[in-house]
Amino acid sequence: MKLRKLAMGIAAALATATGAALAAAGDQVVIGDIDDMSGVYADVLGAGGVEAINMAIADFGGTVLGKKIVTLTADHQNKPDIGASKFREWADEHGLNLLLGGSNTGVNIAMAKVAAAKKVPLFVIGAGGASLTNEDCTAYTVHYVYDTTALANGTATAIVNGGGKTWFYLTADYAFGTQLQNAASKVVEANGGKNVGGVRVPLGAADFSSFLLQAQASGAQVLGLANAGTDFTNSLKAANEFGITRTMKPAALLAFLTDIHSLGLKTAQGLYLTTGWYWDLNPDTRAYAKRYFAKMSKQPTMDQAGVYSATMTYLKALKTVGTTDSDKVMAELKRMKIKDMFANEGYIRADGVMIHDMYVMQVKSPQESKYPWDYYKVVKKMNGEEAFGPITGLCPLASK
Amino acid sequence: MTEFFGIPVAVIPGQLTLGLVNGSFYALLSLGLAVIFGLMGVVNFAHGAFYTLGAFAALLGLQWFGINYWAALLLAPLAVGLLGIVVERLFLRRLYRLDPLYGLLLTFGLALIVEGSLHQVFGSSGQSYPVPEALAGVIDLGFMILPLYRAWVIIASLVVCFGTWFVIERTRLGATLRAATENAPLLQAFGVNVPLLVAATYGGGVALAALAGVLAAPVVLVNSHMGTSLVIVVFAVVVIGGMGSILGSIVSGLALGIIEGFTKVIYPEASNIVVFIIMALVLILRPAGLFGKE
Repeated sequence: MKLRKLAMGIAAALATATGAALAAAGDQVVIGDIDDMSGVYADVLGAGGVEAINMAIADFGGTVLGKKIVTLTADHQNKPDIGASKFREWADEHGLNLLLGGSNTGVNIAMAKVAAAKKVPLFVIGAGGASLTNEDCTAYTVHYVYDTTALANGTATAIVNGGGKTWFYLTADYAFGTQLQNAASKVVEANGGKNVGGVRVPLGAADFSSFLLQAQASGAQVLGLANAGTDFTNSLKAANEFGITRTMKPAALLAFLTDIHSLGLKTAQGLYLTTGWYWDLNPDTRAYAKRYFAKMSKQPTMDQAGVYSATMTYLKALKTVGTTDSDKVMAELKRMKIKDMFANEGYIRADGVMIHDMYVMQVKSPQESKYPWDYYKVVKKMNGEEAFGPITGLCPLASK
Repeated sequence: MTEFFGIPVAVIPGQLTLGLVNGSFYALLSLGLAVIFGLMGVVNFAHGAFYTLGAFAALLGLQWFGINYWAALLLAPLAVGLLGIVVERLFLRRLYRLDPLYGLLLTFGLALIVEGSLHQVFGSSGQSYPVPEALAGVIDLGFMILPLYRAWVIIASLVVCFGTWFVIERTRLGATLRAATENAPLLQAFGVNVPLLVAATYGGGVALAALAGVLAAPVVLVNSHMGTSLVIVVFAVVVIGGMGSILGSIVSGLALGIIEGFTKVIYPEASNIVVFIIMALVLILRPAGLFGKE
């Protein structure tokens, strides 16, 4: 009896929550954001991403084509089924016009299928898997901030050319990790290096020391960390602790500013990483970061800057074509140039990749860091074509 | 390279040592759970949350009040243990007459509230807790470099585990505690304050979780969900050891740490499920667990 009351209470609470978010379709432009809001990637985009989207909408004036711009947000909890069903629900019942896809490649692959079926543009912000614009590409997918190809081209090239010829990988055992390892392996070989081996680590492992010992036993010069978030920070922390970093050079195939902030410069110093954006690059990035910092008390990550730019880009495209018709908007998106605090002369390629400059960075030592959040120095600025590589031909929308 | 069951012999001592380190955490955590279940019959799903709270207590104690690691080892479990007593007095004690499922639901809800609140305030990316200076070095064991801190974790947890076992199984206080579970009204008739004893037991079990949290703080980044996945493994450890068996939880904690360690070499993809496979096997062959009594 009591259990039943409890269940009814929960059901009632859920009904009010979704009811509040119900928006009348048609007279509004609805932008959705489905992201990891409570799990391991929540600081990379998460609540900061929502803030950035709202900043963009406010900066745009709050309306477009005479319609009010409203947002919907949901937590996908890193589960592809939740992400896909929420997307479908919003498309069917709330007249969703654009979905901003948060972290997690697996979830975004599932959501891309919905984007194609419902003809709603999906801007992938937080996820990295390059398959999203290759095998899993759709006519409505835009991969906006970074992808595994660009990460590998940046970090792996820099390290192989710097003498790190033999690689062993610590790989997160899901779509993103394996794609990242494959991309890095190709780059290492193409530059004359050698892949010695790798170990696939379950997502969210509590302890990395066993895997690190295997990496050390391989005798490789470079420890390629093909993981992200807490997996990345905990594995690098353990690598330092176990003295692995004395014999091997760690390579962060994906690291965010928040990760470096958590680890501290003492642990992270000297690390190479690739990023699509950094707050301290130029006056424009600093101006955005300052406004963001005033709200969130943190500097934005590349995703939190990218999602602002993505929202703006979409709204600009709407304004130009004068309709929310997805096909016309997609055509304009692939025609326009993107120039703002995030991208300089960026453009969306036929396969959906947003081609823009990427930066190979090295983490500063505590002595080099002069002020709070002064973490990176630019090793190399790669132009978009170099970073994202040529069209592979795997996506039917774009031939080689 | 010489191999032993598919494992290169050279890596065996290293993986054995690391397995012991992880096993120490499992043992310490499952011990607290076993104490709470064995003496109170409560399935404490909030155990992971109390572990996380222990780590946060150490971290915030250091950041806000400058409390060092050694003091935190004592103060954090004490503070979290007191919180546990409050929880027992306010909520748990109302559920003893009901089906154990209610205790499980309550503690599960508490865990969600604690983890959600910590996430709201501190975010998800975690913070570093410095390794205490006295333990910052490494020991070169020949086959591997063992951070001094990890060696300390093994020793500290073994001492605490066997200390707890001794108190419960071999002292008068332990005998009184066990008597309280066997026949509370009779014990009360002898003039023993049973409700106080029960509250203290819950506080003690929770304090063990917090102690594990403090021990873990310098090893991992302290964040709101550090206990979430761990508690599920630890439950499996308790089931394998035999629900409520103190010695069973210690021994199976250590053993499973080692088995998991070797799985990480032989077939790393399975390392996060090997514990559950063993649990299923144990449940089929010995439903009461390896050290269970029934």
